[in-house]
Amino acid sequence: MPDFIAEWLNQNEIFTAMTIMEYWDGMVTTVHLVFLSLVIGLLVAVPLAILRTVRNPFVSGPVWLYTYLFRGTPLLIQLYIIYYGLAQIEGIQETFWWEIFREPFYPALLAFTLNTAAYTTEIIRGAIISTPNGEIEAAKAYGMNWFMRMRRIVLPSAARRAVQAYSNEVIFMLHASAIASVVTIVDLTGAARNIYSRFYAPFDAFIFVALCYMALTFILVFAFRKLETHLLKHQRPVNG
Amino acid sequence: MKKMIFAASCALALIAGGAQAQERDLRIAFDVPYEPFEYKDENGELTGFEVELAEAMCEEMNANCEFVIQAWDGMIPGLLARKFDLIMSSMSITPERAERVLFSEPYYNTPGGWFGPESFNSDVTDMDAMEGKTVGVQRGTTMDTYVTENMGGIVNIKRYTTADDMVLDLEGQRLDVVFVDYPVGEQTVLTKEGFKEVGEPVKLGQGVGVAMRQRDTELAEEVNAALRTLKEDGTYDTIMQKYFAYDIKM
Repeated sequence: MPDFIAEWLNQNEIFTAMTIMEYWDGMVTTVHLVFLSLVIGLLVAVPLAILRTVRNPFVSGPVWLYTYLFRGTPLLIQLYIIYYGLAQIEGIQETFWWEIFREPFYPALLAFTLNTAAYTTEIIRGAIISTPNGEIEAAKAYGMNWFMRMRRIVLPSAARRAVQAYSNEVIFMLHASAIASVVTIVDLTGAARNIYSRFYAPFDAFIFVALCYMALTFILVFAFRKLETHLLKHQRPVNG
Repeated sequence: MKKMIFAASCALALIAGGAQAQERDLRIAFDVPYEPFEYKDENGELTGFEVELAEAMCEEMNANCEFVIQAWDGMIPGLLARKFDLIMSSMSITPERAERVLFSEPYYNTPGGWFGPESFNSDVTDMDAMEGKTVGVQRGTTMDTYVTENMGGIVNIKRYTTADDMVLDLEGQRLDVVFVDYPVGEQTVLTKEGFKEVGEPVKLGQGVGVAMRQRDTELAEEVNAALRTLKEDGTYDTIMQKYFAYDIKM
């Protein structure tokens, strides 16, 4: 370790090896929570988005209602309802569900997943309905049935159109995960709050955690830029 | 003679007027609800032990006081940013806090109390029995420090911003036991059915003081003088007896 960093670490009271470890554990929790909710959310969102584009209102209606409810209310309220609401259900403490929902991690994961799935559903639906008619007609002319059309034509081109909007959703989700600390999860923000309350140094504690979130965001932006260049290769000029 | 009396009374009125204008404005911050120290009654009026003590103190100091509601997390930053001048919100005197703010002499001290469900029958001082239990505390309180230092790594500590959220999780059985300021636990946990005190109260810290900005040393002297008068002339005891059945005077 360079001397000046060692010296600085020795002089200040806040950034000791112990608090750095707390921040690190918090970062692991944040990444864990956000990653899981995004993956599950995406897996749920793709079929929902397809159902949402179906003409039959009995199929698309419930999906519309779900996305409307979860996009129409704040994530914090959804988290409160799931975290405190589940504990109020009569007799839930005696069922095996309580093993899962006793810990704050799973209620938070459930709230985040439902929330991001609602937004992602709408993003993918937008991409699906903007598929050029000509592509679908051509697929029909080739004799592809609905399933094959979805798999080979609609979803791959929709994925290309959705990736930019989806990268925003991923970054919003990372930032929104800061509210996990209100239900006692020690994520990055929770670690910062604990350290702040121990040393009463809000600037040091929160600026450091802001830098951590920024570093994570940069990684995400970089990864999505790579993904976009890869997916949209066909749109670049030949000699570009 | 009449003229002189008139002139004198004019002068007196001027002096009195001057004194009136000099009456200082003070803003005092509370974090509500923290029963019975500061909370809103059924009419929405701010009341409680510390609120009444603050009112008496302001009268004693001849100050014009305004009460500000501030969440606990932002207390010290709000004081330093001059959003208010005094904190009278059950802030325990600790060395870490004393580096940021100036404390008056302590004006009360209450122990920390252990509260849990009727079914809880472990000894809270027996570390083997407590191992793996989930304990709720309010973040950054002397109770938090006590549990972190004495039981960290043995019990699973959950930290809350407000006592209400913590009690909700105790009722929801997410917590086995809470360690909270005794009067707060008495008002929030013991009033609910199925809960009891599960251990001996623990004396913590150096008591609660009024917090001010470090540079306001003159104000601190006035506050100390006012508090001393209130403690001696019986006003303090009258207010205390309204809220507590036991002695918290310091």
